[in-house]
Amino acid sequence: MADPIHQFELKTIGAPLFKIGGSDIVLTNSALFMFGAVAFIVALMLMGTSARSMVPSRIQSVVEMLYEFVADTVRSSAGHDGMKFFPLVFSLFIFILVLNLAGMIPGGFTVTSHIIITAALAAVVILTVIIYGIMAHGTHFFGLFVPSGVHPLMLIILVPIEVISFISRPISLSVRLFANMLAGHIALKIFAGFIGSLLAAGAWGLLSPLPLALTVALTALEVLVAVLQAYVFATLTSIYLHDALHPGH
Amino acid sequence: MAQTTNATTQVPASGGHGGGFPPFDSHTYASQLVWLAIAFGALYVLMAKVALPRVAAILEERGRRVSEDLDQAAKLKGQTDAAIAAYEKALADAKSRAQAIAAETRDKLAAETDTRRKALEADLNTKLAAAEQQIVDGKAKAMLNVRGIAVDAAEAIVQRLAGKAPSRDEVEAAVTSTLAR
Repeated sequence: MADPIHQFELKTIGAPLFKIGGSDIVLTNSALFMFGAVAFIVALMLMGTSARSMVPSRIQSVVEMLYEFVADTVRSSAGHDGMKFFPLVFSLFIFILVLNLAGMIPGGFTVTSHIIITAALAAVVILTVIIYGIMAHGTHFFGLFVPSGVHPLMLIILVPIEVISFISRPISLSVRLFANMLAGHIALKIFAGFIGSLLAAGAWGLLSPLPLALTVALTALEVLVAVLQAYVFATLTSIYLHDALHPGH
Repeated sequence: MAQTTNATTQVPASGGHGGGFPPFDSHTYASQLVWLAIAFGALYVLMAKVALPRVAAILEERGRRVSEDLDQAAKLKGQTDAAIAAYEKALADAKSRAQAIAAETRDKLAAETDTRRKALEADLNTKLAAAEQQIVDGKAKAMLNVRGIAVDAAEAIVQRLAGKAPSRDEVEAAVTSTLAR
């Protein structure tokens, strides 16, 4: 059976380009998928808006729907003043969406199945929340950790809980996306591998349609998960940004 | 680096855990972070500065156009309503004027008929009075004639009975007294 982990390996392309802090920086398949995704997104957005027509073409409709969808998410989760973060949320959503879906291409590479990528994206979100929160509200931002209308003695317990919940946000944000993509692709690979194993095992080959059907179903599920996780990431980002805008409970 | 990758490829599935598990291979982190920073940074700048303002401008322009069209439609509807109201007012005016004319004509005709009827009646009354007078006259004349016949008859009767003609005055006095009774 094929190694289900093999698909997550980074393949080096060419020699190390340069060094940062003792680490070789090399071009990889992951980097190519990221650049491909960015090129695809930019091409889609620019082609979709080049006509600027009053009655949208198909591509322009897609672009407008994406825009309205993310804008609605930001407005409902972060409020109207949350629209200043709209470019960030939109970039995160479309970047993760396209990378997740690109991972569904057979033989492709899932950039978001690497924890360092999802952790870095979550760090962007949480650093935006902290930096903007402190810049806009100063020390008042830390009121986020102090629930109002609670007995002072209770704060001894509640403040650490609030701090832990705040720290766990970037962790859950990154692990959720990483684990979903990783687990889904491993499951797909394993069930697809069963088809080959059964066919190679003589009479057992009669059972091979079962894992095939399961693989088809799982593929559909994985496409759903790919879209859903991008949406979840964008929604949670909006909710966390809401705290940066309105730190009071 | 390339050799490390080859080495991991040959590790069987069960041995894929631990250091061989690619997402936890920290040697690749620096590269991934650099490319992510470049790719995502470029994407963010292009979205924030170019693509999203363009979409926003398109949507805003369309919203403006739609609201303008709606305003225009509301204005035209107002004009239509005003025209309908004016038409209905003109119709009502015409109806009331027609009714006034009809009533006036009816009254005039009724008055005319009335005068003509009254004139006719007066005429008839005159004729009736004349006829009645004629009857009265005729009656008086007839009565006069009756008296003459009575006198003649009485004279003739007396002559036959008495054999001699009475004086005319005596007979007339007798008839007059008898008639007066």
